[in-house]
This record gives sequence, structure tokens and C-alpha cells, in this order.
Amino acid sequence: MEQLLDILRELHPETDFETETRLVDGGVLASFDIVMLITRIEEEFDVVIPAKDIVPENFNSAKALFALITRIGEQDD
Amino acid sequence: MKTVLDDLARQVKLRPDRPMFSDERETLTFSDVAARSDSFGSALLRRGASHEPILVFMPRGGAMIAAFFGVWKANCFYVPVDAEMGESRIRSVLDRVKPRFAIADDSATALLAACGFSGETLDANALLSEPADPAALEAAKEKTLDSDPAYLVFTSGSTGAPKGVVGVHRAVLDYAEQITKTLRADETDVFGMQAPLYVDACLKEILSALKCGSSVVLVPKKLFMTPVPLVEFLNAHRVTALCWVVPALTLISALHTFDAVVPQYLKTVAFGSEVMPPKQLKIWREHVKARYLNLYGPTECTGMSCFYEVDRDFDLGERVPIGRAFDNTEIFLIDENGSRADEGEIYIRGTCVCHGYYRDPERTKNAFVQNPLNPDYPETVYRTGDLGRRNGRGELEFLGRRDDQIKHMGHRIELGELEAAAKAVDGVDAACAVFDREKSVLGLVYTGAIEKTALLNALRSKIPEYLLPKRTAKADALPLTENGKTDRKAATLLLYK
Repeated sequence: MEQLLDILRELHPETDFETETRLVDGGVLASFDIVMLITRIEEEFDVVIPAKDIVPENFNSAKALFALITRIGEQDD
Repeated sequence: MKTVLDDLARQVKLRPDRPMFSDERETLTFSDVAARSDSFGSALLRRGASHEPILVFMPRGGAMIAAFFGVWKANCFYVPVDAEMGESRIRSVLDRVKPRFAIADDSATALLAACGFSGETLDANALLSEPADPAALEAAKEKTLDSDPAYLVFTSGSTGAPKGVVGVHRAVLDYAEQITKTLRADETDVFGMQAPLYVDACLKEILSALKCGSSVVLVPKKLFMTPVPLVEFLNAHRVTALCWVVPALTLISALHTFDAVVPQYLKTVAFGSEVMPPKQLKIWREHVKARYLNLYGPTECTGMSCFYEVDRDFDLGERVPIGRAFDNTEIFLIDENGSRADEGEIYIRGTCVCHGYYRDPERTKNAFVQNPLNPDYPETVYRTGDLGRRNGRGELEFLGRRDDQIKHMGHRIELGELEAAAKAVDGVDAACAVFDREKSVLGLVYTGAIEKTALLNALRSKIPEYLLPKRTAKADALPLTENGKTDRKAATLLLYK
């Protein structure tokens, strides 16, 4: 989780990612931010995030995003 | 024909009930748009508007475009504004233009007041219930010249103050002809519009509708974060043509979207604003059979000026060319000696060249210059600041910039604008904006007492979101070159410390 928070903070240091739950719906993540974010996650966590999982529910909070990464990681193993 | 409004009248006769613009709130047919623009135009004339800039600040949608046409019908020129531009950009627009009238909706009215707007705000919905005044509209039409301004759109300026590009009716007429020919737009096309309405990029779709009877669906901005729903949206609306900035297309191809869903109806995929990575173009071409067009052109020359239709594969390190100039436009390259060359700065000549920058003679003089190849009579051409070359096939290639302008997230950015905004924040002593091309990261290095978080929070409300740095570093001092200028290269390294 810390690793993910680091990636997110790098993009938007002004946001409190531990409490924010409307990253997509509230417009914290800018359009096209998502490509950079996913590329970083795929590199750092060695996972491939399927396009169908790139929906607001999975990206609105750091917690939901971490759950998604964990889920994909487990399926891969 | 003096303006493209004659095309609107023609389309209303041909296909009054075809949807012209659809957005999240409503669908407007060609006759709806014409009727609304008559109301807007008549309302402006009733209030004495004449040959002057009219601010239009409404939610991105068909009604806003109808307001643009209404402004033209009143023989005025529109100045589009969007909350997305950020407060400080809106303030600079107001300072420079000082419009007497703004057409705005509820949400925009408060923001305009907060930005110090001192003119009269006209409620967009209230104007629509006012009757059209055919005699006044006809009189205004007679007074309009094709050399009159059509719009002012603002683009990033290196000193921090944005530049207001004065678009001209006859250039818009010419652009309508050239862009629709290039796109092969027709009355069966449905355009999925990505562009915001406060830049000239939206003209491609608007002019295709006016000239050819195409439909335009405005793709909601929030979909450009979720590639699968985005493509599903295109399929649900049977979208046949896209004119998108490169990051919008690569959002789809880079995130494995085609494994889940593929656009079904696309015939034309045009892109521009940034260099298309060959790898992403390859993914698109493998999955979607369509005409692919690389477009190039500065706002100062009315939309796009140049195109290349993709006719071959490109290897990883290769450049996708920008091709050749539109009909009725010439693009030429000038070397350091001021002579025509196969490699040099890109100059553009033709009807497309706009009237310069609004109330800005100094910066106009630097970019709108006498044709260096013509000593015989006055001929203004536009000096782009872009560098280009002609390749072995005779195609133009874009090589980069001769200054600190960058293209990022589909927008044209002067690093100086970000620096000026940062320096205006209390607690910042010095600031240097940098762009790491390799990682495509816009960064900011600064000195001063303020913490990073506080600085970014302060910037957030002031500048457009695409101008927000993606990496910020606080330094004890900015690195300098031997000549005492800020060393951007060295500053870039500080970002990763």
C-alpha cells in the first residue's frame, strides 16, 4: 500500500490519498493522468491491469486501487 | 459568402431534423441550432452589441456552439471561456479583452463575478426565450465583412499572460473547405468530439457539421479516464470519425482496451497536437481499419494547416510525417540565413493566417512577419517557432521547437506561463518549469519558504489542470548556466532527487 501511495503522491502531492474517495468522480486525477498512473503501477507491481477494470469504482480511492492490484496479482499466481 | 453562417442556413433547408450537436444534456437539430443562434444574435443586437468581443461562458455543449453562431449573427466575435481554464487564465482574458457583454449560464455567472468581470452578464437561458428579430439580423449580416474577426481564443504566453489569437471569418471559410476535404466528411458522418470549446481545435467538427451536414456528439470529458466505457460510448453513438489529441487516442491503445472492446464504426481517425508514437499508431491500425491522418497546425493559422494520410508502417524511432500543406496554404522552411531550405523554421502563408494577437502589438510583431522571401510588397506570414524538415519522400516532418514551448496532454504550453503562475504565489522566490520529454513529465523546481503541498494547492485553483506540474521539487537555489540563465536541463535532474 505504501508503494502505491508513493506513486499517487508523486502525481498529486497536494492530495491526501489515505482519505480521498472521489479521485475520478471528484476530478482529482486529470484526464490522461490515468495512463501515466497505470504504466507506473504495471511497472512497480509487475501486473497488467485489464482495460475493463479501469473504471471509477476501482480508481476513486487508493484503497480500492490497492484491492484491484492485489486481486490481479493473486489471479496471476 | 462572407461567413460560414450561410452553410448553416443551407443545412437547415436540407436536413432540418438531423441532430447537429448532442451532449450530456440535450440533442439539438440543425433547425434548433439555427433558431437558438437567431435568439442569441437578436438579443445581443437589442442590447446594442456591435462589432465587439462577446464572452461566452457556458457548459461545453451544443447550446454553447449555438451561442457562438449567435454572436456572429450580431456581427460580433466570440471569446469562449471554460471553468477548466482556471481562475488566473480567466482573469487575464478579462483584463485583456474587457468585454461589455458575457453570455453565461448560472454556474458561470458566480465565477465571472469572482474573477472581477465588470460588464453585463446575460443569462443564456433567458436570452433563448427572447424572440428573433429578422430585420435586425439581416442588417447585421449586411454589415459583416469576411475580414472581420470571428473569435478570440487564448493560448499560452511565455511571460505568463496568454495571447488572444484573432480568428477571421474568411480564414474560417477557407478552413471549412480544406478540413472537410481532408477528412472527407459527409452527411452520414458522426463525429465524436473530444476537444474543449475554448480552443480552435473544436472547429474541425463544427465546420464538418456546417459544411457537410455531419452530426457531432460531444464526448463527456470524464470518459477520457476510462477507456472501455469510452469506446462503448463511441459504438453506442455509431461514431464514424475522430479528430482527437494524441493522448486521447493513446489512452485507448496503451491500456489494452482493444482486448475488451473495439470501435465498430470508425472510418476516419485524425490526430494532432503532439507527436504520435509509432507503437501506439501500430496498435490502432492493427485493430481498427480506418483512414489515419496526422494533422499539424498552429492556432494562429486557423486550426490545422497540414496533413499526412498514414500510408505505411513506422518503426519505433521513426517520425510520423506531418505531410503537406492544405490546398490554398503554403508551408515553407527558412534556415538561419533567412533562405528557403529543406530544414529550418516552419513559416505559413495564406488566407489561414489570422489577424495577430488581440491588443498585443509587441508579440504580434514578433510572430506575424513580412514574408522573408518577398521584398516587393507587404505580405504577412506566420512564423511558427516550430522546426521542420522535408524528408526524402518530400514530406514535411516536425522536429521540435526553437524555444520553451511544449505540447503536453494535448495542450500547447509555454513553460514561462507555469513559472509566472508559481512566482505569483506567496512564499515562492524563484521558479523554473521543466519538461522531461523522455518521461513526458511536466515539472517545477522552486525556491522559497512555501511547502510543496501548499504551493500545488495554491496553483490548482489558478491555472488549467494540464498546466499543473506532475513533479515538484523545492531547491535551495536554481541551477544556472554559464551565462547566468536558469539551467533547465540541470533543474530537470533536481526533480528526481
